[in-house]
Amino acid sequence: MEFFFETLGLAESAKLLSLSPPGWGGNLLRGLANSMQIAFGAFGFGLLIGLFGAYGKLYGGVVLRDLLAVYTTVIRAVPELVLILILYYVGTDLINKISEVMGYGRVEISGVVAGIWVLGVVQGAYATEVLRGAIQAVSPGQIEAARAYGMPPFMLMRRVTIPAMMSFATPGLANLWLIATKDTALLAIVGFSELTLETRQAAASTRAYFTFFLAAGALYLIVTLCSGAVFARIEKWARRGQPSLKRAGR
Amino acid sequence: MGAARSAVSEKSGPMNAFRALMQPHRIVMLALLLGAVIWCAVALRWDWIPEYAPLALEGLWRTIWILVVTCVLGFLLAIPLGLAQAIGPWYLSAPARIFCTVIRGTPLLLQIWLLYYGLGSLFPQIPWIRSSELWPYLRQAWPYAVLALTLSYAGYEGEVMRGAFGSVNKGQLEAANAFGMPRFTMFRRIWLPQAIRNVLPTLGGETILQLKATPLVATITVVEIYAVSSRVRSDTFIVYEPLILLAVFYMIIAGIIALLFRRFEDRVPG
Repeated sequence: MEFFFETLGLAESAKLLSLSPPGWGGNLLRGLANSMQIAFGAFGFGLLIGLFGAYGKLYGGVVLRDLLAVYTTVIRAVPELVLILILYYVGTDLINKISEVMGYGRVEISGVVAGIWVLGVVQGAYATEVLRGAIQAVSPGQIEAARAYGMPPFMLMRRVTIPAMMSFATPGLANLWLIATKDTALLAIVGFSELTLETRQAAASTRAYFTFFLAAGALYLIVTLCSGAVFARIEKWARRGQPSLKRAGR
Repeated sequence: MGAARSAVSEKSGPMNAFRALMQPHRIVMLALLLGAVIWCAVALRWDWIPEYAPLALEGLWRTIWILVVTCVLGFLLAIPLGLAQAIGPWYLSAPARIFCTVIRGTPLLLQIWLLYYGLGSLFPQIPWIRSSELWPYLRQAWPYAVLALTLSYAGYEGEVMRGAFGSVNKGQLEAANAFGMPRFTMFRRIWLPQAIRNVLPTLGGETILQLKATPLVATITVVEIYAVSSRVRSDTFIVYEPLILLAVFYMIIAGIIALLFRRFEDRVPG
């Protein structure tokens, strides 16, 4: 193995990237774990907001629908970086106000929770639109049939709407997941030590910028390609029993 | 609910839009919005604006300039990328596909830092670059910002253009071929215009995404509008006011982009 690195002239890089302390590989992997944790949390939180948002947009009252329209429009028109700063300050201020009123004094907010809250609100706006489109694509006869049988709303959502819309929603949700993993990099700017910030610190202290940034890029790319494969399987599963798209398109 | 839905589905003329706005609940919401704006104007601190206005204008101009330049250059780069993926032989399509996958699979912030810190630390070690005419520019941050944003836009648009070139009706190309039109003329007159027309709505969305990517270049010391708001925050410790104003600026620019693309779509014969 070492001979292999020697011949390629990569011995230096391999030493820098090794997992034990003189190398920085462990830091990068810890950053990646943090990034993934936030991406999972934000994606899940965003899906929750998106599901309620989509139901609100489709079946809610006029005021609720207008408010949701404002939410999705504003979030999608303002850069994530600006939203992250605004939501970060608003979130920490609100929690501190509440805890002061309750008599606890100032609290320190963990980076993971703040990141999930901030990215989740952003993801929620996109998820609302994706899920709204998917629910609309379910043939209304199925939902009406379930209603006619007297199925309670929550059971209807669980048994009819969600399974039937899955095949329409998966491509959009796959896209959202990729955006979530890449948006975690933005948290580097508010000082949360996820992969990009760890990379920059490692690069700055060793001056080996190319090695570390390329390594981090490779890590992100592995995540992207793996999740692409996973989502392809999910889509195949969600589409089971439906006619093939290829033939339908022609 | 029926009435509200028909109001939404009506054709959007100025008169109808006005009527849709004048429903009772919307009037109440507009009044609340107006109240919020007035409260913001009165209760929050805006006394820093005169001092920073020239800098903000400069920053705004730089944001728009970067947006326009990177979109135009990126789109020019996306055309060969899309073409190579759509009809190119494997030795052209494979690199193009890899380029698009890598750009789309890694965060833009990482790409910007890779180019700025990576190339920025490499160039001073190469003597002929330091003695060349370009060196005064290469020492600044904006060439790296423009390069990174251009490559990013090209990566995303290359994928869009691949689909667009594939979607043009084959019969039209065959007709041009039958008339003996040279291949380049056919591309210029028939294939490219139709491909672009098909993806105009997508391009509008992607341009807004590009606008939302521009504040990232503030992290490599390019002073655009986002960097100005950060400076106000760190100089005066006023947190919310500059950020709110910044968000409003971005919403206005995004609205203008959407409007421009809609006018463009209306003018293109469909």
